[in-house]
Amino acid sequence: MSNKIIQWIDHRFPLTSFVKHELTAYPTPRNLSYWWNFGFLAGFVLVLQVVTGIFLAMHYKADIAMSFDSIQHIMRDVNYGWLLRFMHSTGASAFFLVIYIHMSRTLYYGSYRAPRELMWWTGQGLLLLLMATAFMGYLLPWGQMSYWGATVITNLFRATPFIGDQVVVWLRGDYTVGDATLTRFFALHYLFPFLIIGGVMVHLVALHTVKSSNPSGIDLADKDNIPFHPYFTSKDFYGLGIFLIVYCTFVFFFPNSLIEPANNIPANPMQTPNHIVPEWYFLPFYAILRSVPNLVGGVVAMGLSVMVFSFMPYLDRSQIPGGAHFRPWYRVMFYLFVVDMLVLGYIGYIPPTDSSIIVGQAATLVYFTLFILLPYISRREEQWLIRRGLPPEVQALIVSETREISKYPKRRRRGDTT
Amino acid sequence: MADSDVLDDDGRRDFLVKVTSVVGGAGAAAACIPFIASMNPSSDVLSKATTEVDLSGIPEGGMHTVAWQGKPVFVLHRTREQIDAMKNSNGGFQPEPDQQRVKQPEWLVVVGVCTHMGCVPNKEGPGWTCHCHGSQYDDSGRVVRGPAPKNLEVPPYRFIAADKLVIGEA
Repeated sequence: MSNKIIQWIDHRFPLTSFVKHELTAYPTPRNLSYWWNFGFLAGFVLVLQVVTGIFLAMHYKADIAMSFDSIQHIMRDVNYGWLLRFMHSTGASAFFLVIYIHMSRTLYYGSYRAPRELMWWTGQGLLLLLMATAFMGYLLPWGQMSYWGATVITNLFRATPFIGDQVVVWLRGDYTVGDATLTRFFALHYLFPFLIIGGVMVHLVALHTVKSSNPSGIDLADKDNIPFHPYFTSKDFYGLGIFLIVYCTFVFFFPNSLIEPANNIPANPMQTPNHIVPEWYFLPFYAILRSVPNLVGGVVAMGLSVMVFSFMPYLDRSQIPGGAHFRPWYRVMFYLFVVDMLVLGYIGYIPPTDSSIIVGQAATLVYFTLFILLPYISRREEQWLIRRGLPPEVQALIVSETREISKYPKRRRRGDTT
Repeated sequence: MADSDVLDDDGRRDFLVKVTSVVGGAGAAAACIPFIASMNPSSDVLSKATTEVDLSGIPEGGMHTVAWQGKPVFVLHRTREQIDAMKNSNGGFQPEPDQQRVKQPEWLVVVGVCTHMGCVPNKEGPGWTCHCHGSQYDDSGRVVRGPAPKNLEVPPYRFIAADKLVIGEA
């Protein structure tokens, strides 16, 4: 019976061939480590956020007179409302954590290099959408941090040339963050996840065209690829289990650790809290904003610090496979970058003092210097590695995989149309 | 006549494609106007444009914060010492004589929004301190310590009676 149904569908829609092409026969490098789990995990958190968000929206009221109380209503009166809200607020942090690890893996292993530039750039677009969605969602509880966070960030658009003030009023729909701002942020906070889903589709189509990179950085021959299902579905689900343990620990035991206490005070346009901090995932960029003693310069530096990742396929001039794994200089730069991000995050968190401003400026300088020096260092490193030679086992692997690919060019990417 | 009807007249086809693209693009751009304009402040928001302040309840040295267009406005009843101190200084980063910032020296009216990132400064000691990033203003609302780039804005206002002023119209 089910066979007949599937046959009926297959006559009208490529169901079986799609599943085979993209899942059961989709070739995946057999040497993927657990660092390759985070794309799947990001997809999972996206679904989690959409589902909890839609159910929260059934109880939330986007009106400045009611929104703060409607959150309390969700927390106290709605059945399992507390769970939905904590899943959603923890999920936002989980989303950024997973995405930042996903990006770090790409940077470490050089997965952004040809032919995967479009994956990197669609990913960059998804990161911007994610940031916008998180920022707008943070206004909805209408607490003090929500209000003043939105005030400061919308104020950044004053840096727009010529029409800065009008742009800020246009974004807010009012002279200050107000009811008009709250309702439009709610509408867009509901819309953006669906744009993200669209972006993820593009990201995945690009992935299934170029296929996954792998820790060796070498294009692997057919014999070293295995079907995605069941090998990587099971690996992804194992990683999901680990992720859920961490996630549930936060949801059930430390749900408030990710919520600023000041956000339990309703928004008051007449009184700014003494210390405004953004959510942890914005802290490094916020530190860069504060490091530049000029509004326009700070906004430009912050924008550049997020967008500079796009240039990676051009900044990295080395052809040596395996990213940081086989590249000692690049590896040092990678870890320096990670440490620098942590320093910036800490500087962004503490109230500004004279010494913290100096440290922040130094860290900002290091941040951009790493990107600026990369073309030069990567080329010198490549020359040095070629002179010195790669490790013999890597050299052997490159030779054998290339021979295999040239021997069986057609088999190389099983299931491909070309 | 028959010649101009030939289907493979490339020049004619190019021209038509260009004209159609321009007209279509202009139409699409024009159709965006109502959507973009709808995000600007609505009439009821614009109607909050003025605020009346009763000054009789503000003692000398005291300050009231009133909402104008949703923004806090500081109305400071300055003492003789404060007025003299402000007359003798010219501010910090953006020098401006005190006389240009007040209509009557006893009453200072400034928008209570830090010119840096839009936080509300607190009245502390002489002048105001913004706790977000540490900017300081004097009793004339002039910036004396950064990172704020400009003095506190003086809104348009006028006295409509001896102890009454309206903010939002000059």
